[in-house]
Amino acid sequence: MTTLHNLISTLFIMKNSFTTLENFGHSMSAPSYRFIPRTSEEIYEAFQLAKKSELTVTLRGAGRSYNDAALNGGGIVLDLTGMNQIIEWNANSGVVQCEAGVTLEQLWQKVLPDGWWPPVVSGTMTPTLGGCLGANIHGKNNFRMGTIGEHVTEFTAVLPTGAEITCSPKKNADLFYSMISGLGMLGVITTVTLQMKKIDSGLIEVHAWPTRTLEEQINSLLEGAPNYDYIVGWLDTITSDHGQIHAANYVHDDPDQAKMQVSYQTLPDRLFGVMPKSLLHYFMTPFANNLGWGAVNIAKYITSLRRHTFRQSHAAFHFLLDYVPNWELSYGRNGLIQYQSFLPKETALQTWTEMLATSKKRGMPSYLGVTKRHRPDDFLLSHALDGFSLALDFKVTGRNRAKLSAMLQEFDQMVLDAGGRFYFAKNSETSAEITRTFLGEETVARFKKLKKRTDPNGLLESDLYRRIFG
Amino acid sequence: MPEKQTTIPRATPLTPIKKAIVVGASGGIGAALARHLAQEGYVLALLDCSEHTLNPLCDEINQTYGEMRAVPYEHDATAYYKVPDLFRKIVADLGGLDLFVYVAGVIYFPTLDEFNFSEDHKMIEVNLLGAMAWMSEVAPVFQSMGGGQIVGVSSVAGDRGRIGNPGYNTSKAGFTCYLEALRNRLTRHGVNVITIKPGMVKTQMLDLPNAPKPMLAVTAEQAAQGIWKAIQKRKQVAYVSSLWRWVMLVLTHIPSVIFRRLSF
Repeated sequence: MTTLHNLISTLFIMKNSFTTLENFGHSMSAPSYRFIPRTSEEIYEAFQLAKKSELTVTLRGAGRSYNDAALNGGGIVLDLTGMNQIIEWNANSGVVQCEAGVTLEQLWQKVLPDGWWPPVVSGTMTPTLGGCLGANIHGKNNFRMGTIGEHVTEFTAVLPTGAEITCSPKKNADLFYSMISGLGMLGVITTVTLQMKKIDSGLIEVHAWPTRTLEEQINSLLEGAPNYDYIVGWLDTITSDHGQIHAANYVHDDPDQAKMQVSYQTLPDRLFGVMPKSLLHYFMTPFANNLGWGAVNIAKYITSLRRHTFRQSHAAFHFLLDYVPNWELSYGRNGLIQYQSFLPKETALQTWTEMLATSKKRGMPSYLGVTKRHRPDDFLLSHALDGFSLALDFKVTGRNRAKLSAMLQEFDQMVLDAGGRFYFAKNSETSAEITRTFLGEETVARFKKLKKRTDPNGLLESDLYRRIFG
Repeated sequence: MPEKQTTIPRATPLTPIKKAIVVGASGGIGAALARHLAQEGYVLALLDCSEHTLNPLCDEINQTYGEMRAVPYEHDATAYYKVPDLFRKIVADLGGLDLFVYVAGVIYFPTLDEFNFSEDHKMIEVNLLGAMAWMSEVAPVFQSMGGGQIVGVSSVAGDRGRIGNPGYNTSKAGFTCYLEALRNRLTRHGVNVITIKPGMVKTQMLDLPNAPKPMLAVTAEQAAQGIWKAIQKRKQVAYVSSLWRWVMLVLTHIPSVIFRRLSF
C-alpha cells in the first residue's frame, strides 16, 4: 500500500473483484468489492483503501446469515474464509486456538478424535468462528451452555485504526462483551481461543416424543430442559399445532473410540446408498408450497407419534441443516427468509398462538417451525433471554413480498409488546425503530460509543448495520 | 460516510429496490425517463452539468413519492477523469446498480456550407467520449456481476452520414458502433446493452437555430415510454418512435450515387 505500484494494482483488483454476493436464504443479493485477506496486514490495507476511496467495509465468513449481515451493496466485503488455520490444539486441556475463518466443521473434525466437542454449535457446520462470534450463536443447548461467546477464553482483533488488540473476559472486557455479538461492526476478529467440552462417546442419545399443541410443546421444553443436555422442538405450523421434541444427552457408557473418528460421524453423501444427496434439493422443490410442506409435516408427525429413544452420531444430531446439501435452493429463485423471535416464559404461548393464527389466516404459513429453550447472557447485543425462541421459515415469492413484509412488521411489534428479543443473524425486516426499542437507548448509545472508539471513521458498515442502526 | 446514504431507501429481502444511473438527466428525454423510472420504483442517481435544472427535478420526484428516489450529482460529461471516483461513490450510495443510461447529448446545426470544428469537437466529446468514459467503468462492473442493463441513447442520425450535420452524424455513428461492440462483449456475461435510436423528439434541440422542421416527432414522454419498453423487453436496438425503423430502412438502402445528390 505504501508504494505507488501497490496502490495501482489494488485499484485494478478492485474493478475485477466486483461480484454479487448472496445471503444464506438466497432472498437478497448485493454487488460488492470482495477481498480475501490472509494476514492482519492485508486487513489493515483494506481499511486504508476503503478510507481512501470513501467506501464502507463489511465482514463476511461463510455467508450463512439469512439476512443482510454479510452484505454491503456497492461497498467492500472482507471475506475472511482465507484465514482458516487451526493454530494450536491442546488435546489435554481442550483449548483450541484458531484463525477466525476456521469453520465449525474444521473444528469438530479436529477435536472429536481426541474426545472433545465444541460446546456450542449451530444447525449447520459451515459457519466460520468469526461469524459465530459476530452473531454470538447458540445451539440446542443454549439453556445449559449459553452462547458460543461464553466459551471463548480470548480473541485477537484488528481494528479499523490498525490497532491490534487482545480481548478476554478480564482484558479489554468491554470490547470482549461487545465485539462478541457486535456483528463485525467494531473490528475484525482474527484469532479465537475456545474451550472445548470433554465427551465420552461419539454418540448422543436422543429421546423423541410428540406434542399435540403449542402449549404442550412449550411445557415440554420447560420441563425437559433441566433433564437433558440438548432440547429442541419441531412445530407443524401449516396444518395444526402438532410437533415433536428431540431431547438428547451425551452418552457415557460407550467408549468405542471408532465412533469418535470423523469417518464414522460424517453424514452419508448418498440417500439409501444410491442417490447423491447433492441432487436431493431438486426433488424437494415441488414440495416447497403450502400443500407440499403441509403433507410433509403431517407425515413427519405420524412417524413421530411413537415415543422412542435412539442413538446417533454428534454430526447427525447437530447438523440437520447439512443433511440435504443446498436445501435452501428448494425454496425457488426468490429464496426464503427466517423469522425468529425470543420471548419470555410468561408471554411466549400467547404471543406465538396469535402469531401462528395470523400467518395461517393470511395464507402465509411458515413451512418449518423450530422451538428452543434459552437463558440470558452478558453480551451487549444479546438476543437471548430466560424463555423460548421460535424460528419460522417463510418462502418468498414475487407476489407475497409486500404482504409478508407487512405481517412480519406486525410480528415485530407483538414481540416487542411481549418483552421479546430478536436475533440479528436471522430477521431481515426488523427496523431501526424496533431495534432501538428492544435493545434500549442505553445499549445503543453504549454500542455507538464503543464504535466511535474502535472505528472513528465509520468504515465498518453492512446493509444490516444501516438497517438496524441507520 | 455521507449523510445521504441513510436517507436513500435500502433493499431488504422483502423490499427489493432497483437502482439506476441516468447521465444527462435534466434534458428533455433524460428528465422524462427519470420520472418514468421513479414511477416504476427505481432509486435514481441523476447526473447533469447544471444543478439549476437537476435539483428541481430531483425535488419534484422525491416529493411525488415521499421518499428519496432521486439523488442529484452535478457532473460535466466531458470531465472524463472524474468518472471512476464518481461512479464508485454513486454505486456505494445506491447500494448497487441494475441499470445505466447515457442520454447526455449536444447538437449544433450548421448551415449547408459551414464547417465548425469547435462545435464538432464538443459533440464528439459529449455524445461519444463521455459515454465511453462512463461505460468503461460500468461495463467491467456489470461483467463481473454477471448482470445489469446498459442503455445508450444514440440517434437515427448515426445510421447514415448526411449532408446536414457531419459532426453530429459522426458522434452518433461512433456511439452506435461502440454500443454494438459493447453488446458483443457483454451479452455472454449476462449483460443487456440497448441502443436507442430516437428519430425526432420535441425537446429544446428542435428550438435551436437551423433546426429542421419536426417530422414524425414524438414528445419526450413518449420517447421515455419507448425506452422503458425496450428496457423491459431487454431489446438490443430500439427506434423511438418505431416508425423510424422503416424510415431508416429505406434511407440506409439508398445507393450513394443517389444519396450524395439529395438535399437532406
